Amino acid sequence: MLKVQDLHVWYGGIHALKGVSLEVPRGRIVTLIGANGAGKSSTLRAIAGLIRNKKGVITYKDRDLTRLDPVGVVKSGIVMSPEGRRIFPHLSVFENLQLGAYSRSDADGIARDVEWVYELFPRLRERREQKGGTLSGGEQQMLAVGRALMSAPEVVMLDEPSLGLAPLLVRDVFEIIKVINERGMTVLLVEQNAFAALKIAHYAYVLETGGVALHGPGKDLLRDERVCRAYLGG
Amino acid sequence: MNSAMFIQHLLNSLTLGSLYALIAIGYTMVYGILRLINFAHSEIFMLGAYFVFWGVTLFSLPWPLAMLLSVVFTAGLGILVDRVAYRPLRDAPRISALISAIGVSFFLQNVAIVFFQAIPRAVYRPAWLENPIILGEVRLLPLTLFVPALSLLLMLGLVYVVYRTKTGLGMRAISKDIETSYLMGVPVNRIIAITFGIGSALAAASGIMWALRYPQLQPIMGGIPGFKAFIAAVFGGIGSIQGAVIGGLVLGFIEIMTVAFFPDLAGYRDAFAFILLIAILLYKPTGLLGARQEDKV
Ligand SMILES: Nc1ncnc2c1ncn2[C@@H]1O[C@H](COP(=O)(O)OP(=O)(O)O)[C@@H](O)[C@H]1O
Ligand SMILES: [Mg+2]
Repeated sequence: MLKVQDLHVWYGGIHALKGVSLEVPRGRIVTLIGANGAGKSSTLRAIAGLIRNKKGVITYKDRDLTRLDPVGVVKSGIVMSPEGRRIFPHLSVFENLQLGAYSRSDADGIARDVEWVYELFPRLRERREQKGGTLSGGEQQMLAVGRALMSAPEVVMLDEPSLGLAPLLVRDVFEIIKVINERGMTVLLVEQNAFAALKIAHYAYVLETGGVALHGPGKDLLRDERVCRAYLGG
Repeated sequence: MNSAMFIQHLLNSLTLGSLYALIAIGYTMVYGILRLINFAHSEIFMLGAYFVFWGVTLFSLPWPLAMLLSVVFTAGLGILVDRVAYRPLRDAPRISALISAIGVSFFLQNVAIVFFQAIPRAVYRPAWLENPIILGEVRLLPLTLFVPALSLLLMLGLVYVVYRTKTGLGMRAISKDIETSYLMGVPVNRIIAITFGIGSALAAASGIMWALRYPQLQPIMGGIPGFKAFIAAVFGGIGSIQGAVIGGLVLGFIEIMTVAFFPDLAGYRDAFAFILLIAILLYKPTGLLGARQEDKV
């Protein structure tokens, strides 16, 4: 279980996270929703070890991750796929995947996982020699997810994977999230698309201006009046 | 001009160009990753040259061993400079690192003045580099073959590292997006250290060969070649290794050939590089092979 207790984050003088606590039990999909600027990305980035100016405790399997750098976090089994996909446009699809496995040295395991990612996303196999920058938005998102999976993580954190995709592709993204969860990976999902996220999530947290405003099982929040008004457009 | 002379000039251009290229690679690799102009690079070049002659004269090491040790030692020094002067400023505004670079440059130059004294020292070349090779009408200094050949070898080694190894993949990734590389588990600081090490090793190799070609050592000797190599890197497109090599060769060629064909202009030799810089900044600021670099936030 990944556990965040009383997490604070500062950017210069801006106090962006003001005591966020959340739990991501093993094997679950947990989603973090909230308006733009609520602190969703900051939460993930702090867990991933990118943000130094923070306070609070982050533990995974009872091990303290709070002071680890991103390499340490990846090695402990948690990977983050950043907002906006951020694939490497000048590297080939294959190289992007290899890069995702940078923290590993088991060549056989890496080769197996490349195959697994190609099975999950056959389009990536077709385009494996192509530069990342030449892929369509949907393919880039597949590559971003595949690249994250290449670190052989136990927990995958996805920051707005459906952002900017056509509706049909958005559906695919949520399908994929379900698939990787069924393969045993724990998912911490940040989404603007609250409706779709709540539908697949076992548990959900609603962030507002740097704090948790509300939390509960995904299905319950879907019926919650406040959530409906604020995030589901009704 | 007869063809024998032309061949000689061509080889001289290649020699000078390779020396610029080796320095330019270090500028361009560091810039490609950190968007930092490593002003201390000229001093790394100078120290690489001094170390060899120290090894040969003070410790009576054989030349090849002294060269190897100097390259290794200088690489370590480059890594140390990054560790001490740049890494603590990684999250600071870029101008801070730039100022730190200027500081390191002055510091190393003055350390060299203290240790090696400011007076220029003559370099005694090993005998195997002194005797000209005569092929028909062409009279070749061994160095004009040795320098391009060794440079080519070093560049091939670099290409191998950058395009065929895991570390190279890490370098190419962080030159585009440090943060995402870090998220994917790339040990960014280690890769940057290796980059400084490689760049400094190549600059040391260049410095050593420079001192053999123009056999004199002084603490300010890195200034002009360093600056010209920087121009070569900008000309080729800063951030691009291929660009740095092409830029270095073009600059070497322009310098040698202009003086060869217009001996009256010999006095303006150092000005050509600046003319090239102004021209490239006016007409193609991203250089020959440079991509548009969006500013990092
Ligand atoms: N690099 C940064 N510098 C300054 N402020 C930032 C930075 N990143 C985020 N913030 C601020 O922190 C708050 C939370 O941002 P973020 O975590 O990106 O929210 P979300 O992902 O929910 O949209 C916002 O007010 C945002 O403006
Ligand atoms: Mg965000």
